[in-house]
Amino acid sequence: MKKYTYTEKKDTRSGFGAGLLELGKQNNQVVALCADLTGSLKMDAFEKEFPDRFFQVGIAEANMMGIAAGLTIGGKIPFTGTFANFSTGRVYDQIRQSIAYSDKNVKICASHAGLTLGEDGATHQILEDIGLMKMLPNMVVINPCDFNQTKAATIAIAKHHGPVYLRFGRPSVPNFTAPDQTFEIGKAVMLNEGKDVSIIATGHLVWKALEAAEQLAEKGINAEVINIHTIKPLDEEAILKSVSKTKCVVTAEEHQMNGGLGDSVAQLLARKLPSPQEFVAVNDSFGESGTPDELMKKYGLDTVNIVAAVEKVIKRK
Amino acid sequence: MPKMDEMKRLCTQVRRDIVRMVHAVNSGHPGGSLGCVEFFVALYGDILRHEPSKFNMDGKNEDLFFLSNGHISPVYYSVLAHNGYFPVSELNTFRKLNTRLQGHPTTHEGLPGIRIASGSLGQGMSVAIGAALSKKLNKETNIVYSLHGDGELQEGQIWEAAMYAAAKKVDNYIATVDYNGRQIDGDVDKVLPLGNLKAKFEAFGWTVLENPHGNDLEQVIASFKLAQTHLGKGKPIVILMKTEMGMGVDYMMGTHKWHGSAPNDEQLKKALEQLPVTLGDY
Repeated sequence: MKKYTYTEKKDTRSGFGAGLLELGKQNNQVVALCADLTGSLKMDAFEKEFPDRFFQVGIAEANMMGIAAGLTIGGKIPFTGTFANFSTGRVYDQIRQSIAYSDKNVKICASHAGLTLGEDGATHQILEDIGLMKMLPNMVVINPCDFNQTKAATIAIAKHHGPVYLRFGRPSVPNFTAPDQTFEIGKAVMLNEGKDVSIIATGHLVWKALEAAEQLAEKGINAEVINIHTIKPLDEEAILKSVSKTKCVVTAEEHQMNGGLGDSVAQLLARKLPSPQEFVAVNDSFGESGTPDELMKKYGLDTVNIVAAVEKVIKRK
Repeated sequence: MPKMDEMKRLCTQVRRDIVRMVHAVNSGHPGGSLGCVEFFVALYGDILRHEPSKFNMDGKNEDLFFLSNGHISPVYYSVLAHNGYFPVSELNTFRKLNTRLQGHPTTHEGLPGIRIASGSLGQGMSVAIGAALSKKLNKETNIVYSLHGDGELQEGQIWEAAMYAAAKKVDNYIATVDYNGRQIDGDVDKVLPLGNLKAKFEAFGWTVLENPHGNDLEQVIASFKLAQTHLGKGKPIVILMKTEMGMGVDYMMGTHKWHGSAPNDEQLKKALEQLPVTLGDY
């Protein structure tokens, strides 16, 4: 088992803030919009450095999406920032018509996704956003796993022409990927090669997948771990290659089972390589208030759940 | 003035195009389209600084127009075609399979002249504001225009945008409201009254101009020119333009019933009798 270490835990939203600041320096066409959550999104540094290219729109997310679409006309590359809930469900029709269908070069950057938002509770803990966004034709959906990867992803999406949904979160998680990594949209990252099972994880569940693989190794199970930071377009080749070797798969994500990464993987396998699959995801339920760790435990998104899912799926081979 | 005569002749031809287009596919929105003919002919013929033959999405150093109430696509398409954005003959494909002239305007099929999809209401003002901000960042002196239905103002996003434009001094932007008083279900005053619209926009911080004669070409041009004198003064500008839904076809006027229905063969004949051919049918 390949060993992963980290020196500190950091929040992925700060990776976004750092990436946005760097982008601002690199490319003067990059502009940012925020709906009264500048501090929460870590966009303050960009606002301070580039006040003319920062648009505070107030608590009016629908208007923010429309303004972002309009800003692209004339060559700007707008990055919108608010919580994942208000970046998707609240403004779905604005994104659908003015951004996705109109093929506008808007980067929808969404923080506080999933249960790990914590104490604010289910009103804010969106677990449907990946599904909502991946259903839109023309939309790229990205969910990086740590600070460094979120920073790299933020910089990389500016070079992709077209709408992108970038999802990240609030809690501090192990920052284990390389600070100088090249982020390639749509390219899976092989974290550990194995032969008994493929664990395909995204976002905050990637580190837990590595923890699970270590525990499984102690039990004599050799798990392959793949980080899928881009849910759409899905790296079909990498997934098929892995599952054709391991013959079974566990997907892990901080999202509803319906519409998430697991869904995308299952659809691919159903079409091209039918294989036993278990899902570590929220099972058709809203969240609730609590600490991030308590919530991940209660809703079955912890390391122990990945281990159990692997043991179950291996028996189904 | 020959140019004015020519534009008036175009108005009649555009009206013929509209009723023929919706009749051909037995669908579409003739009422609001007919009511906004003078607006579009004036805007594209005399107001916009634009280059139809060099259409590109960014539209740098051109004035831009956004149609927020996308259902009046027939008038938009006809006027774009007559201004050289695409062949007039293409009007024949309106709403048919594989057309660039979709039921509601879209960029998706690459139709020159269109820069945003519209149809789901209430979104165009935000988009126009974004484009106006982009022009400011690019240090362009060009102007952004938009058109909205009055019923469309029932959408909340319009008022988010109205608040923003005034607060952030988007003063390179002229919006127009097609104030025809009718929407699909009936009179706006019955469905959901807008109250004192002038006072509402003024309270939001806009410069408000009224044009009670939105089907008079000279008056439409004059109101645009008056609006232009208010540009660059720290406030967005809106023209409340009174029009008659169905203008030019007697049986379509004075009612909301032709908002979204097409005439049958006999009705088409009756409409065309009132609209003599001026430039030739497509």
